Amino acid sequence: MSDRIFGLVGLCVAAIFAWRATLIQESFLSDAVGPKAFPLIIAVVLALSSLYFVVRPDPDPRWPPVGRLAEIGMAVAVLCVYAVALPELGFVIATALAATYLTWRLGTAPLWSVVVGVLTSGGIYTVFHLILGLSLARGPLGF
Amino acid sequence: MDTLSALGDGFFIALTWQNLLLAVLGCFLGTVMGALPGLGPSNGVAILIPLAFTLGLGATPALILLTSVYYGAMYGGRISSILLNIPGDEPAMMTCLDGYPMAQQGRAGEALALSGVASFFGAFFATWGLVLLAPQLVKVALLFGPAEYFALFTLAFATLGGVSSTNQAKSAFAAALGLGLAMVGVDTQTGVPRFTFGEVHLYDGIDFLVAIVGLFALSEVFIFLEHRSTDADAAPPKVKIGRITPSLGLIRSCLPTMIRSTGLGFLAGVLPGAGASLGSFISYSVEKRLVDKAGTFGTGDPRGVAAPEAGNNAAAGGALVPMLALGVPGSGTTAVLLAVLLSLNITPGPLLFTQNPDVVWGLIAALFIANVMLLAMNIPMVGLFTRVLLVPPRILMPVVAMVSFVGIYGISGSSFDLLVMIGFGVLGWVLRKLDVPLVPVILGTLLGNAMESNLRRAITIDNGNWGTLIDSPLSIALWTIAAIGFVLPIVVGKAMKRRMRMDAEGALRD
Repeated sequence: MSDRIFGLVGLCVAAIFAWRATLIQESFLSDAVGPKAFPLIIAVVLALSSLYFVVRPDPDPRWPPVGRLAEIGMAVAVLCVYAVALPELGFVIATALAATYLTWRLGTAPLWSVVVGVLTSGGIYTVFHLILGLSLARGPLGF
Repeated sequence: MDTLSALGDGFFIALTWQNLLLAVLGCFLGTVMGALPGLGPSNGVAILIPLAFTLGLGATPALILLTSVYYGAMYGGRISSILLNIPGDEPAMMTCLDGYPMAQQGRAGEALALSGVASFFGAFFATWGLVLLAPQLVKVALLFGPAEYFALFTLAFATLGGVSSTNQAKSAFAAALGLGLAMVGVDTQTGVPRFTFGEVHLYDGIDFLVAIVGLFALSEVFIFLEHRSTDADAAPPKVKIGRITPSLGLIRSCLPTMIRSTGLGFLAGVLPGAGASLGSFISYSVEKRLVDKAGTFGTGDPRGVAAPEAGNNAAAGGALVPMLALGVPGSGTTAVLLAVLLSLNITPGPLLFTQNPDVVWGLIAALFIANVMLLAMNIPMVGLFTRVLLVPPRILMPVVAMVSFVGIYGISGSSFDLLVMIGFGVLGWVLRKLDVPLVPVILGTLLGNAMESNLRRAITIDNGNWGTLIDSPLSIALWTIAAIGFVLPIVVGKAMKRRMRMDAEGALRD
């Protein structure tokens, strides 16, 4: 069943890809093939392989229970917030928060998570910024 | 003779303090990453590419660092196979079969040392193979025109799944997905934007480093989150290491095994679509058939440890041949190494040997140096690496995630790229669940533009005649091999996979 849904999604992607490919503006200075042909070939391969998933699906993978899916969803959300907040908060604070969350969700006790998070952030800052001189996001506090 | 003097120049380049230091660092990090279950060579190299890049290393030093990581990870994979019966990476799967029983008999130290020697043997002679074979392949590659290159790229995609692939449609889907992603951005030949949806950030295309780190490293973090409670608290069993120097007699008794396995592994590495996993599998099964008269394989036979380790390290060296000489990688990790070259603005392929001989030969010399260092590091310091295995994933995985962010942010300094990377992480997780291989996706994003421009050049040269693609005997041969390589796994793939799994499970049950 998963493969069938996957195949349908793949077909949609192929269709959108092909549609967007036909919309590419041809330049007046084009070569014999032009910018559309190769994307259209790709779309055909995508569509054919997706069609195969619909017709001959593999056995279902073991999907995690809903709670676990929510877990991954939350982690994705936290990481997205991290990505956006990084330039605002500065590297050290943002990373400490994100690392604390991740290690807590992976099974560290809450208080220890804070310790691990702060150490992770401090460690990366020391190695990559202080020793190797990589420029990291600078927050309002200067680190 | 030319080759040898070029190699000498290579050593001249590689033997600077900075490069030696980078090699030590790379070997150490590589071994650690190889040893940790879940972080294989492709992950290790993927996380470190952006870092090498943002540190402003030159082409040769960056390559030395990253190939040391590559070789180091190949060495490191065996440690957790032997001590914990968990392969550190996929090619190390076969090492579990005899390595773990040896450890249970209190001969863990011996197994580690022997496998270290076998790894050295395999990698050392495979690097010689690379030195001798790559320049010959370059001569062949100079005959290639755009049409042949297009066929060669197709061949790489068709065979990438390998003989053990079960679902070729999924490999094809993955390749097309990767190629499609490569199409995003301004068309290099006519200058028109494609698939950018008017988003300025996308005009440069999707940075393949962002895709690689997201697909490999971040998806690994999500996999760990998914399996958290099921295997979180399984404390690794204490294994006594025992003596860590192998006796000369033991090494001598394994020598014929190592020689045969190195040959087979190297061959498996050079051939498209085989790679290190197959190298170690073939070596093990051939040795089992040849020398296992008393039926001791699988119960802690030292030769069963030497064979797969020599095989997979030889394959790692062999896989560099097509990558350097043709610019077409045959395995996941070499695909990632190709990304390194491309991001350093170096185009691999036949011209590399004439235009950047310093890079090629410096790299090869670095491989020899890394090998010696790894041998030196792995025998006395193996105790240190086993301690690394005690770091639980709940602490390690956040570090991996955060380091990936540091690397990507270092390149572009934009939150947009970080969000794209998270997107790739989720995509990678879903694709893994659905058993879609990730390597063709990576290869597609890497090679997509080169593949398209070769296609268009070939047809433009022939005034728009598409028949030019199958016009020369060479390209017809390449298309034929591609077709066979794509169809063969459909016929024999299931049986092959079953055999590999059966052998592995047989050992786990004991």
